[in-house]
Amino acid sequence: MNPFRYIGKKRRTKEDPRFVSGRGRYVADIALAGMKHVALVASPHASARIVSINTRPALALPGVLYVLTGEEFCAGTDSLVTGVDAPKLTRFALAKGVVRYAGEWVAAVVADTRAQAEDAAELVGVEYEPLPHVIDPEQAMAPGAPLVHPAHGSNVILHKKFVWGPVEEIFAKAQHQLAFRATWGRSATVPIETFGVAAQWDPGTEILDVWASIQMPKYPDQVAKALRLPGNGVRVHYDVDVGGSYGVKRGLKHTVLVGYLAKKLGVPLRFIEDRLENLRGGDMQGPDRFFDMQVAFDSDGTLRAWKIRAVDDVGAYAGRAPFQLGKPITAICGPYRILAVEYDATSVLTHKTPQEAVRGFGQSPTNFAMERCVDRVAAFLKMDRVELRKKNLIRKDQFPYTIPSGSTYDSGDYHAVLDKALAAIGYPALIAKREAARKGGKLAGIGISTCLEPSGGNSAFEVLLNPKNETTTWMDSCLVRIDLAGSITGVMNTSSSGQGHESLVSTVVGEILERDPASVRVVRADSLSALPSNSPVGSRMAIMLGGAAAGAAKKIRETLVAIAAHNFECAPEDLEYRNGDVSLKGAPEKKLAWDQLVEIAHRKFHRMPPGIEPGLQAKFVWEVPTGGGLPDAEGRVQMYPCYSFEAHLVYVEIDPDTGKPALGKYVCGHDCGVMINPDIVHGMTYGGIAHGIGAALYEKFSYTEDGQLAAGTFMDYLLPSAMEVPALAIVDHCTPSPLTTFGQKGSGEAGYLGAPAAIANAVNDALAPAGAAIDTLPMSHLAIWNAIHSGKRT
Amino acid sequence: MSDKLHEVSIEVNGKARPGAVPARLSLVDWLRDELCLTGTHVGCEHGICGACSVMLDGEPVRSCLMYTVQANGHRVTTVEGLAKPDGSMSILQDAFCETHGLQCGYCTPGMLIAAQGLLNSNPNPTEEQIRDAIGGNLCRCTGYQQIVEAVQLAAERTK
Repeated sequence: MNPFRYIGKKRRTKEDPRFVSGRGRYVADIALAGMKHVALVASPHASARIVSINTRPALALPGVLYVLTGEEFCAGTDSLVTGVDAPKLTRFALAKGVVRYAGEWVAAVVADTRAQAEDAAELVGVEYEPLPHVIDPEQAMAPGAPLVHPAHGSNVILHKKFVWGPVEEIFAKAQHQLAFRATWGRSATVPIETFGVAAQWDPGTEILDVWASIQMPKYPDQVAKALRLPGNGVRVHYDVDVGGSYGVKRGLKHTVLVGYLAKKLGVPLRFIEDRLENLRGGDMQGPDRFFDMQVAFDSDGTLRAWKIRAVDDVGAYAGRAPFQLGKPITAICGPYRILAVEYDATSVLTHKTPQEAVRGFGQSPTNFAMERCVDRVAAFLKMDRVELRKKNLIRKDQFPYTIPSGSTYDSGDYHAVLDKALAAIGYPALIAKREAARKGGKLAGIGISTCLEPSGGNSAFEVLLNPKNETTTWMDSCLVRIDLAGSITGVMNTSSSGQGHESLVSTVVGEILERDPASVRVVRADSLSALPSNSPVGSRMAIMLGGAAAGAAKKIRETLVAIAAHNFECAPEDLEYRNGDVSLKGAPEKKLAWDQLVEIAHRKFHRMPPGIEPGLQAKFVWEVPTGGGLPDAEGRVQMYPCYSFEAHLVYVEIDPDTGKPALGKYVCGHDCGVMINPDIVHGMTYGGIAHGIGAALYEKFSYTEDGQLAAGTFMDYLLPSAMEVPALAIVDHCTPSPLTTFGQKGSGEAGYLGAPAAIANAVNDALAPAGAAIDTLPMSHLAIWNAIHSGKRT
Repeated sequence: MSDKLHEVSIEVNGKARPGAVPARLSLVDWLRDELCLTGTHVGCEHGICGACSVMLDGEPVRSCLMYTVQANGHRVTTVEGLAKPDGSMSILQDAFCETHGLQCGYCTPGMLIAAQGLLNSNPNPTEEQIRDAIGGNLCRCTGYQQIVEAVQLAAERTK
């Protein structure tokens, strides 16, 4: 039974009406009076010395104001922050002296129109002297490899090895071992809106105003620092609709560049990436990782321990991207009872586009490797894959469950979710269908994955991977205000990229105050008036913003009861709050209505209880539940508070003549605790599955041997359309989290975390009768065809 | 580039919109920058993603792949022109809200144009026909599921 009035009910969102009528306000819709435009000059080389730059022909074109090069820019700004301990690794928006990847920005042109700026950019003459390059991470780690940043002394910018529990002892005693390599191809979330930023400097107030398509924690602080401005010298306007992000819209270098030019030239500027800039020089490619997996297990299918060596190609520069090797530590056992884990994580520089955060922050590649491992164990033992999983899944009665790396999973009922998914897809009938298809000469397979979505992140991986980077909070906040007319306004402190946060805040505030969410307005502060926020990353907003909004609303409710208690000269416990009115228990006629209470708070101080501020507003800043701890000596730390669970099942048939896989029935069993808005949760999960289909089968930032990006358009970087994504079904289950306000967990990364693993397992199940296997993503038609026809593992 | 301007007269959302444009100005840039109809979005600028879809004489087209001068004498409908005459949401727009057929909203105007184009010619589409009709419009948020449901709902409600 749903105990809530608004939470968990079908409700239309607050955001959808403006979007369907074309009234969204995206950064490309921001038009500032007198605004000029920026275009970029990009390096054609993966690695080269810049010999000279001739800006004269560009400056001679009509409408051109300025051409900025790296020499000036790097002298006038500070490097962006590198999260790992690599102090000599600097990163600027424009290259100075050398370029480190094809597509790196070398110069920026400012002109009256975007067309003029682009025309002029083509006339900037840059002379290069090509240098040796390296694009393979294993070659980059080899002695004598060209160094991407010689000052750092190595292409390895992070290497950490953790051993949690008696790994070697268990491997020695276990009845079997398996080893294999799983490779996750370089892909990303690739929103349909590219990144954009507009900026305006006011010399009178000395404030840089910024409008951007942004999803980035600590964004205003980092922009100000790089521009050598005080923190309160940058004002980011969060009331900009972001056209999708799913992690990648970090845009720091873009913003520092445009902010620098806006301040220097004294004109408002706007820069909107074109698609090639977005895919190549926009620094928004995702994890590019291989896993050397070893697993120890017994003949009865009990998984004992695993060793994971993960090597991630981070590209030519690094911000937060190497931390994507850190998040998976919080779920390094998956949903299984595994007693000991060795985790060896390396982040390697190459002459490729820099990597940025992608949905799941490294968890989906890791889940893929772990789930391939589980399927391989089942194949080795000739055990049913479902039975093997059920044997090893953490049982409902074992929560809270602490894994060897130090995180405690809050709650779950993994067996129930898997059973629901199996029932929904009709598992026995699906097996019969597969067998019939195989008898008919087709390649058919069923894919399964069971995995976790850690949510509500506290960023503890920062200090775990870099002890100098001591981070133990990742708070979020909300302000709730009741005006004199009795209307409710919730103020949030970050931009959104489709997650429905206005619906979240209004639903939660309405729930607590027992007022219709449709009447609750939600607005966004700018960064100078905002309470602390860490942006919508890490599946955290239902937990953190939802918790903060509830906390603020509860304070308002308590104040209203306190006002009534003072006026009735009774104790708050004697009163009853209902729909915003407060009445005496047992005497409902003795009541102060919402409007009366609001009026007292705003105008009648003589009727206010002592010690309570006039006006009616409350702020709430919430620390991450279970957050605040530092790692112990063995590298154990509680990272994420909440753990959602998903069980994916998918059917695939492969055309042996073309290698083309066709996905059939797809079911995702999902437990993210209490859902605030089921339509929003389902939507994000469907979308996550579609992302996963792309990562598993289609999407890859391929590079040629000479370091050129070979996927700079949507003709080469293939996003799944409605023809590639099948009908999807979600089966809900609810195990509330004991740690959150309403029992909610995170869901923003749902679907994506298990879909690639399930699809990879489905394709491998289909290939198994042919004696073939693939452990490399994406499994392109050609790769599948090659596997079928060579009959060997790739 | 040539600075020469070309006279055009294009009917946009039922109103004649005369203008003088350079030959290389794309239709989407004219709609967004000159007419301030920013509901039409730019996604890839090479004709794949469909975010810039508008109707030209009732048929969905890519406004990033078309020059403004090519639209001279034609009728263009953008997302701003889909609403009912009283300004309220169309059946399709309302259905998108009902099924939550969108998230970030960026592909939504193009998706609405593609779906409305389908419903105008085929009031009772099958799921496969819906998927085919929106197959040239990419969405990264929804996995298309709730979009398909929205179009099905709109078709039912149009009967």
